[in-house]
Amino acid sequence: MESIILQIAARHLRPLLIVLSLVVLYRGHNEPGGGFIGGLMFGAAYILYAMAFGVAKTQESTFFNPINLTALGLLIAVVSGLPALLLGDSFMTGAWYTFFKQTAFELKLGTPLIFDVGVYFAVAGMLMLVMFSIMEE
Amino acid sequence: MTTGLFLLILLLVAAIAPFLRKYLKHQAGWIYALWPFAGFLYYLSLLPVIQQGEILIESYEWIPVLGLSFTFYVDGLSVLFSLLVLGIGTFILVYAGYYMRPYPMKGRFLGYLLLFMTAMQGIVVSGNLITMFVFWELTSISSYLLIGYYHEKPEARASALQALLITGFGGLALLGGFVLLAIPYDSYELTTLLSDGDVIKNHYLYIPALILILIGAFTKSAQFPFHFWLPGAMTAPSPVSAYLHSATMVKAGVFLLARLNPVLGGTEVWSYSLTIVGVTTMFVGAWLSVTQVDLKRILAYTTVSALGTLVLLIGTGTEYAINAAIVFLLVHALYKGTLFMMAGNIEKKTGTRDIRYLGGLFKYMPFAAIIMILALVSMAGVPPMLGFLGKELIYEASVAAPKAHLFILTLGFLTNVILVFLSLRLAIDIFWGKEPVYDKKPQEPSLSLILGPFLMVLASFVLGLLPSAMAGPLTSKAITAISPLHDAIILKLWHGFNIVLALSVLTLLSGYLVFRYRHQLLPAIDRFNIRYFRREFTRVFFSMIDAFLVFTKLKTRALQHGYHRFYLMTLFVVASVMVWVMIWRADPIILELNFSDMPINLIAVVVLIIAATLSAVVSNSRVVALICMGVIGFGITIIFIAYSGVDLAITMIMVETLMIILAMAVVYHLPKYQNFSSTGARMRDALVATLVGTFFMVLVLQAGTSTLDAPISAYYKEASYSLAFGRNIVNVILVDFRALDTLGEITVISIAALGIYAMIKLTKKTN
Repeated sequence: MESIILQIAARHLRPLLIVLSLVVLYRGHNEPGGGFIGGLMFGAAYILYAMAFGVAKTQESTFFNPINLTALGLLIAVVSGLPALLLGDSFMTGAWYTFFKQTAFELKLGTPLIFDVGVYFAVAGMLMLVMFSIMEE
Repeated sequence: MTTGLFLLILLLVAAIAPFLRKYLKHQAGWIYALWPFAGFLYYLSLLPVIQQGEILIESYEWIPVLGLSFTFYVDGLSVLFSLLVLGIGTFILVYAGYYMRPYPMKGRFLGYLLLFMTAMQGIVVSGNLITMFVFWELTSISSYLLIGYYHEKPEARASALQALLITGFGGLALLGGFVLLAIPYDSYELTTLLSDGDVIKNHYLYIPALILILIGAFTKSAQFPFHFWLPGAMTAPSPVSAYLHSATMVKAGVFLLARLNPVLGGTEVWSYSLTIVGVTTMFVGAWLSVTQVDLKRILAYTTVSALGTLVLLIGTGTEYAINAAIVFLLVHALYKGTLFMMAGNIEKKTGTRDIRYLGGLFKYMPFAAIIMILALVSMAGVPPMLGFLGKELIYEASVAAPKAHLFILTLGFLTNVILVFLSLRLAIDIFWGKEPVYDKKPQEPSLSLILGPFLMVLASFVLGLLPSAMAGPLTSKAITAISPLHDAIILKLWHGFNIVLALSVLTLLSGYLVFRYRHQLLPAIDRFNIRYFRREFTRVFFSMIDAFLVFTKLKTRALQHGYHRFYLMTLFVVASVMVWVMIWRADPIILELNFSDMPINLIAVVVLIIAATLSAVVSNSRVVALICMGVIGFGITIIFIAYSGVDLAITMIMVETLMIILAMAVVYHLPKYQNFSSTGARMRDALVATLVGTFFMVLVLQAGTSTLDAPISAYYKEASYSLAFGRNIVNVILVDFRALDTLGEITVISIAALGIYAMIKLTKKTN
């Protein structure tokens, strides 16, 4: 099934969707969004591409494979719980650090954000893994 | 401090033993024996303190929340058992170090032995029921490993499994019994239990607790009708038989009964069940040993008999009986351990342990022969060995037994006659009887193999000669620990001319007569046994196991049928029925449906959803049905947006889109849609769907009106920014408050994805 419209759309939509998914991931802490939705969007970007060009071409065009992406997500999620252990809290307690204190660019970053990144990759990876294997048939 | 530390180091020695074996070479047995020997000396040094009636208690916290601790309780009974466990254990390690030389995995074998020793020593010094149970199970497991040591042989594996299943079953019963026993006391501590036995005796849980604990003790101590695993366990290497299956592990049940006698004992139920089981075991064990020809099996059956005697004596519970029990325990451990080790030696030197093919060994191994004969003399109960004392006390206890003493006395007498006969037979047939042709000339066993038997027989001899001086200190406090009301009797070799002495003489005489006419008697007994004991208990046991397997297969087939649709149906129906019941019982259902404030455009969406639902149900095309499902999903998304659930709406859009794509990708591979299901099946499915659908509706509507607990949302609203610096509550809950849950969830979906991937890739490959 080759569709020029879909192919053109997918080629341009993929990077846009990826950027959008990153935005959704980052803003998730204060406004609607988060790692889960972001991960779904990231995966959807590739699935759209795969629908237009086929799974084999999609995998050629990416530098990672879905299994590794899933594993990376899980690894990041687990590692994000470790700083708390070093600080003497129990596993997965959020640890925060404020950058640029008392300036206009005050920025609070913490391990929950890292954890969310892990969720993002794990969800995206598992989605692509399942969809690719079924679509490849 | 010392008891706990000793056990810990013993466990460490057990753990490193397999790895050090290759550096220690053949000295391993001697070196590993050092630590148990140190323990033996320590408990020996405790004797004077214990003599003054002192009890050493140590406690270490284990799980304080549940009130569990490792408590150690060392009194006279513990010290006596510790001396047996560690003393005999020392000899066994030396013996095994040499005995196992030709076999593979020697290091692991020694490690298992040490592990068992830790467990057994743990049981006898436990001061807490749960502590004891932990060690108790550990003995079952290490015994399994040891019995199945020659694991290439199917019969070794079968015996190991049989022993594990029976003692494991008993262990489970025991745990139940311990839990029930602890309920009236609200404590698992032995000190609390021992302080007042009447609490449980007057409690309605007494009988259930007693039954379960007795099952535990009887299975472990191979009491009738659980006795058959012990002879089966003789497939184990000889050091194991000598240690576990004669001197120590099988005594664990007896130890338990002795330990709990002040708490549970003294009632009619207690004394009747112990007496009946004990007497039966005592006689059946001895009787079945007569026609055996395997040296180790003969010894195993006499061990069963001895264990029966011990249970009987504890059940009788009189002053003489308790004294007899403790003395006989010591007697039996000393001679039976020796005999098993000697059986191993004989097998090693001649290549067989079938007594029909043994004979004339005296001239090849005179020293070993003398040791074995002295042990047999002790078994026959002939002075001056300690065995004589044991038998005298048993007779005295039987004569003075409060109930059915004539019955007990008769069976006891017959048992002892059999023991005398067996002693004569083993001594004379093996060492002087007709000499078969040996493959190679038998030799005297080496020092490592003979040291243990020699010292144990020596102990038996010295203790027998000087009973009050030597055996007294060992046994007296053990006796008062079992039964605080009774005193230790002063042990003497010579009791004067009385009925007991007459019985002893009569026993010896009858034993000799049986031996004299054995060629006439044995075939008759054999015929009798084949006729009436034809169905061996082992076979009954294994057919029970088979029947159980058939049952579980049927059950699995009924519940795990493999039809996904029926799993789903079961899940839906059970869940909705249960929640229906809960809703029914909690509140009257108030369905307040108020559509007045609903905007007109939303009503249009709802109408669209309903129309899509109906066409999904009646459609004859999968694609149409899927598109309808998509319409439903997006319709619900619009409703979410209308009520400002933006988060939910975004997620919903993503999930709905991907689900439809996924389903389409699957549908593409399916065969053409056809109508297979009958009308009945469709009606059933409709019923289930209606049930589940209305259940969800009612659940959602009820959730708005009834509050079970104070809602936690207020807390999250408050804490979300102050603790977690985030204003999106849903996300803060996901990544911070309940991050561990989320971690679990992404792990699960990742594994599920891997599963799907593997399933598809693998089927592709096989096609």
